[in-house]
Amino acid sequence: MSGSAITMMVIGMVIIWGGLAASILNVVRVSRKS
Amino acid sequence: MENRQQWGSRYGFIMAAVGSAVGLGNIWRFPAVAYENGGGAFFLPYLFALLTAGIPILIMEFTMGHKYRGSAPLSLFRVNKKAEWLGWWQVLIAFVICTYYAVIVAWAIKYTIFSFGTQWGADPGKFLFGKVLKLSEKPGEIGSLVPGVVLPLLFVWAVTLFVLYKGVSKGIEKLNKIFLPTLVVMFMVIVVRAVTLDGAVEGLNAFFKPNWDMILNGKVWVAAYGQIFFSLSIGFAIMLTYSSYLPKKSDISNNAFITAFANSGFELLAGIGVFAALGFMAKQQGVPVDEVVSSGIGLAFVVFPSIINEFPGMNGLFGVLFFLSLVFAGMTSLISIVETFVAGVQEKFNVSRTKAVLTGGLGATVISLLFATNGGLYLLDVVDYFINNFGVVLAGLMEVLLIAWFFKELNGLQSHANGVSDIQIGSWWKVCISFVTPVVLGYMMFDNIRQNLKQNYENYPTSLILFAGLFVVGATIVIAILLSIKGWKSSANTAGKKEVA
Repeated sequence: MSGSAITMMVIGMVIIWGGLAASILNVVRVSRKS
Repeated sequence: MENRQQWGSRYGFIMAAVGSAVGLGNIWRFPAVAYENGGGAFFLPYLFALLTAGIPILIMEFTMGHKYRGSAPLSLFRVNKKAEWLGWWQVLIAFVICTYYAVIVAWAIKYTIFSFGTQWGADPGKFLFGKVLKLSEKPGEIGSLVPGVVLPLLFVWAVTLFVLYKGVSKGIEKLNKIFLPTLVVMFMVIVVRAVTLDGAVEGLNAFFKPNWDMILNGKVWVAAYGQIFFSLSIGFAIMLTYSSYLPKKSDISNNAFITAFANSGFELLAGIGVFAALGFMAKQQGVPVDEVVSSGIGLAFVVFPSIINEFPGMNGLFGVLFFLSLVFAGMTSLISIVETFVAGVQEKFNVSRTKAVLTGGLGATVISLLFATNGGLYLLDVVDYFINNFGVVLAGLMEVLLIAWFFKELNGLQSHANGVSDIQIGSWWKVCISFVTPVVLGYMMFDNIRQNLKQNYENYPTSLILFAGLFVVGATIVIAILLSIKGWKSSANTAGKKEVA
């Protein structure tokens, strides 16, 4: 795989799966607070 | 009228919403759209569209359902009496979509069985069009029913109607809690196997390699917005109906973020799996990856069986996993689509859920038989194209225009969402709904009309375009207006109940 393809793959994974993980963690954080 | 049902838990609602969003399009549409529109560079417009249209519309629909606590027609009626027709139009669009969507799920069930012993043989294309669909020679010829498709289709409807009869918590929620995690696990197994195949790296390279020259092309941005719009089940009553079953104290914004990112996360997973498999196929055939790229029904029922034929081992098992993934993804979406008109009929005519499921469901079952005929595939192709590109897009455009500009509902919806949500939405949300989304959807409509005036879709005969395309879309609008003129038999529209939550 070319460097640019690997970079885009990592960026896509970090933003999309990271966004999903962050929004789930936010639920956990808020429920712990309350 | 029966007491309004509710989701049993937040987890259950999220599973159902994600189950609705994750459908066949995630697996067979996204990978090819991304590849054809800049590969890795497509992620930029895709993420922009997700943040400026997908999530904002999802928040808007979740809030409307939660605030007005009704099906799409009832919720829009409660926004303003003059908006009820739009709710019915969205419900009727959902009705049309479910009639052919069920047929595709039926094909996937057949192919799950065909996977045992890879019964499609060396020429999956001939097998699909000849033996399975018994496709008529010319588009426009309906022919007779194909028993091999009718039987699994009736099974699909029986399961769907049974789940809906069981209700929101005991039926839809329970099914999604089982189907969605199973789907993810099955697809993960496929992806892990696909990326370890010979040639997978070339496939992934083709998928992720960015073509930055395309980023300035307007069509790429329209494709990104189209993918987000069609993939998230927004614009045709589903998310609004589902959120109307949320308990009063339920989060909205964070749920929308989870639903949208989970949907995109599955799309990304599908892209990796599909292109790794396509890379393997290209290597086996000694051709470049771009020669084997395809999408839609061709990818699922012709290209994938060919790929499974070439697998080094356990061909049948991976066939079962792939087609069962299609069945699970399709069923969770189909159930959400049918629920929109079950809820609408139940509320409008003040009938029991059982009656609404039976009348709406049986009507859809009978009409879906049209797509189980010799000419069903052509019919399906035209109806799908027109109901999505003219029905869903125009209904979505009308929705944002009416809510943002005519009835000026955004401030009320914003304060309602912020009153119950973990994540507070600011003025960015109003800008996206009022300006970005109408402009993009408006351009998409304009472009659709322009293209169709130039030439018939896929060069199909004009009679087929007029009947299966324009007539179907036109009929949904006329029936929607007629239904909105008829009064409500339930007391659901009383002023005291207007804002229930």
